[in-house]
Amino acid sequence: MNVEKQMRLLRQIQEMEFVAIELNLYLDTHPCDQDGLNDYNCAIEKLDKLMSEYTAEYGSLLAQGFHGCKKWLWIEQPWPWEM
Amino acid sequence: MWVYEKKLEHPVRVTCPDVKFAKLVITQYGGPDGELSASLRYLNQRYSMPTNNAKAVLTDIGTEEMAHMEMIAALVYKLTEGASPAEYEAAGWAGQWVQHDHGLFWTDANGIPWSAKYIACLGDPITDLVEDMAAEQKARTTYEHLIAATDDPLVKGTLRFLWEREVVHFQRFGETLNSVQEWMGKAKHVWEGGAMEK
Ligand SMILES: [Fe+2]
Repeated sequence: MNVEKQMRLLRQIQEMEFVAIELNLYLDTHPCDQDGLNDYNCAIEKLDKLMSEYTAEYGSLLAQGFHGCKKWLWIEQPWPWEM
Repeated sequence: MWVYEKKLEHPVRVTCPDVKFAKLVITQYGGPDGELSASLRYLNQRYSMPTNNAKAVLTDIGTEEMAHMEMIAALVYKLTEGASPAEYEAAGWAGQWVQHDHGLFWTDANGIPWSAKYIACLGDPITDLVEDMAAEQKARTTYEHLIAATDDPLVKGTLRFLWEREVVHFQRFGETLNSVQEWMGKAKHVWEGGAMEK
């Protein structure tokens, strides 16, 4: 397993997720802003792509996601505070 | 990090508002053996757990307890929906209305505010897992008392779901305790002169 590659992908997910969080909060108070909504949808689309790439290789970041067919990968290291 | 799902883990229904029972069930929100205590206790103990299995169980049960906290909040909301100050007064809960109106607050059934004193973390996985097992039993007992204290079949149904989850959590913590004990049995103990390997 290539840890460096995993960390790089995780960093990209963190960045795109942060974009989505910022737009999410903005849209909570500006629900009719069409530009904000477009940006949000774009970020979610990119995030979904990064997430499926990550999941396919390392198992889901969510407990309720894909964690392999032979072994429950969810419990495997590293946990967030160990990275 | 955490992601919010805009739904409850299990439906929460009441036949009709019952402020008197809300005053009792609030203890599962902000009482010693309530869901906030459970959630914070487990999520905080993860950092000193030695095995992946223990880290996962504390993370996942701690997360589920947050969902239970939300169910109790929804239950209190429905039990007090539309209640007037006079109804709070009649239920012996005028203090709640005076200080919080229809807002929720972290207290037990006697109005005592939530405290970090309700939870422990000794940094020893055996000690902490045994504490967790006791906590699940205390929550189970409290739910049994609450189920006995209401006649509303819908409220009983909601509480029975939460009661059953405590039983499952106790089981999983027991299994985790066994696996951690097995893991520790293989390590060189401090009283043999070795630093405890983690
Ligand atoms: Fe529990």
